[in-house]
Amino acid sequence: MGLAAVATGSVVSCRRGASAGLWRSFTDEEARTVEAICEQLIPADRDPGARDAGVVNYIDIQLAKRLRRHRPAYRTGLAAVDAASRAKFGKAFVETTPEQQVEVLTGLEETDKEFFELILTHTRQGYYGDPRHGGNRNMTSWKMLGLAFPPVRGRQHYEPQAG
Amino acid sequence: MALKHVNAVIVGAGAGGGVVAKELSAAGLSVVMLERGIWHSAADCRKDDLRNQRTAALGNAFGPDDERNPRVLVDEKGEKIVLPSDGGYSNNAACVGGGTFSYGAMAWRYLEKDFRMRSTYGAVEGSTLEDWPIAYADLEPYYEKAEWEMGVSGDDANNVFKAPRRKPLPMPPLPPNREYQILQPAARRLGLHPFDIPMLRNTVPYNGRRSCMRCRWCVGFACELNARTGTHNTVIPTALASGRCELRTECMTKEILLDDRGRARGVAYFDADDRLQEQPADLVIVCGGAIESARLLLNSKHRLFPNGPGNRYDWVGRNLQSHSYVAAIGLFGQDTYDDLGPGASIAVCDYSHGNPGLAGGAMLANEFIRLPYQFMNSVPNWVSRWGLEHKEFVRSAFRKTISIMGPVQEMPVFDARVQVDPKVKDYWGIPVARLSGKRHPHTVEIARFIAGKAEAWLKEAGAEQVWHRVPGLSLSGGQHQAGTCRMGDDPKTSVVDRNCRLHDVDNVYVIDASVHVTNGGFNPALTILANAYRASDGLVKAWKASKVRS
Repeated sequence: MGLAAVATGSVVSCRRGASAGLWRSFTDEEARTVEAICEQLIPADRDPGARDAGVVNYIDIQLAKRLRRHRPAYRTGLAAVDAASRAKFGKAFVETTPEQQVEVLTGLEETDKEFFELILTHTRQGYYGDPRHGGNRNMTSWKMLGLAFPPVRGRQHYEPQAG
Repeated sequence: MALKHVNAVIVGAGAGGGVVAKELSAAGLSVVMLERGIWHSAADCRKDDLRNQRTAALGNAFGPDDERNPRVLVDEKGEKIVLPSDGGYSNNAACVGGGTFSYGAMAWRYLEKDFRMRSTYGAVEGSTLEDWPIAYADLEPYYEKAEWEMGVSGDDANNVFKAPRRKPLPMPPLPPNREYQILQPAARRLGLHPFDIPMLRNTVPYNGRRSCMRCRWCVGFACELNARTGTHNTVIPTALASGRCELRTECMTKEILLDDRGRARGVAYFDADDRLQEQPADLVIVCGGAIESARLLLNSKHRLFPNGPGNRYDWVGRNLQSHSYVAAIGLFGQDTYDDLGPGASIAVCDYSHGNPGLAGGAMLANEFIRLPYQFMNSVPNWVSRWGLEHKEFVRSAFRKTISIMGPVQEMPVFDARVQVDPKVKDYWGIPVARLSGKRHPHTVEIARFIAGKAEAWLKEAGAEQVWHRVPGLSLSGGQHQAGTCRMGDDPKTSVVDRNCRLHDVDNVYVIDASVHVTNGGFNPALTILANAYRASDGLVKAWKASKVRS
């Protein structure tokens, strides 16, 4: 039974790969939009931002798994972001400048609070959460915070006591 | 088809159920314990910061699962279906060990006044505040039994507010971490009485298990060393080793079966293959936690008990309470983070009682060690919620903050309640819990006061900036859920008697936090364990007396 399940899984993923691009949940266009939004929510500075941390991978993977129930919200939410961007700047969100993107998102925070909160929460999870779920590539945020990874199993910490 | 008859069937293998199983099987009773979750092992730690019992962004690691276990939550916006990983579900773990499998393991004795809240503070309008029918002294020997039999570490010698104890704790505390070293002298300067938090955690080898290695994955995770103590690695294995206790996992109890005279004859449950089974028993002991225990009683309707056994006066499911957790956070000019688990180490009970004009208070203790995603909740509201400012704050503050938490004792509210939903059913077709009601405004008032005290402690310790979070009026439940099957002497205003037996049915007991009249200003685990030892003691005595007679 285990073997059958594995075989079925691989067939499914092959089909998806052929027909719908590289993403599990998003169209290529949606993925680019998500990536651009996430990068504004957690931008790169001296440490990598959401784009380099692969946050879009996290969201794409989880929308196909445990966060599946949020897929419709992304579909409509992303369309609304693009619509707002076109209304304001005459261009799709990904084609606008970073400053314009911040402006669109600032507006979204007011007009579509529910979707904004959703993608902000997922962006934080993908950036600060465990890499096993598809984000936080190379443990980038953990390195940023100075957390030792991988921690040594069974480690006891000894520090010289003052005095 | 009915299964082989046993003396006692226990529903739920958590804090209460585990102790009862051990005590009853040790006394010679045959026991079947039904647990809806599975038995996880120490290897299930997994260190997954998005999927654990504290951060359920991707689900609860130790149950219940989102797929089969909805509830209905009613608030001012209306009613909605909530899943275990949603806020508002008031989840507690569903696995062998229950909450004690993945908790932080603070092991508090409630204070004497916590059992006499009504006598101490008088009536509070809009609250069903009441005294327990038992006193601290009744529970003291059983607190001691829990501490020594299961194993508690810590040192409360400096806690001048503690209730009298006959024996000290069996294990010493862990060496102080950096937060402890910062907070301890500050508490002293403020005239407070800081001490080492008691914990169900081995700090030296105890009972054949190892001592804590101080890792980062503590509260919310399985303990990979089995150094943290729960019923899953103490009383439940002991019960099974007696040869008289059988534990059946993945078994969802549907209802208590009652005979024509209104006595329980066993329970009906769905087994791991979803087959409906009947387990006949002389005694039914409900240990499902405050929400699920109430749900089971309410779902066990009978000709003689149209609203469920124990519910003649409409008290089952009432007074749902927990703790109103206050968090104060301080930002320091120095590193406070030392990567040493469990992190929580120092506490004061100076504000548990005796706060001017307030009916109670809370213990204050520093928070468990933080993980990066959890830190999002600690960012103050004056920092932008996204963009470079937020990232920069997280980067600069993560290692420089201390959080102090206070579980504020709540004023019970009659309308904060568990019902069963008339329409929504779970995977097995059993009506689900329907949660509604609010916190008492005075609870929030106390919480604000406590937050101020926690901030003052942080400032004295050198925090450059402090901020806090205080809960609002929304319904309180969660892991510390309690109160829904109140213990009392008057059948008109309580569900079970002081022996935790239903007033209505003489062979059905409720032994978990459901019976707590009030819930103390502390984590409730040790009190649940101690009361389970106490109730089991009474149960066994009554059982033996009945056997002598017959």
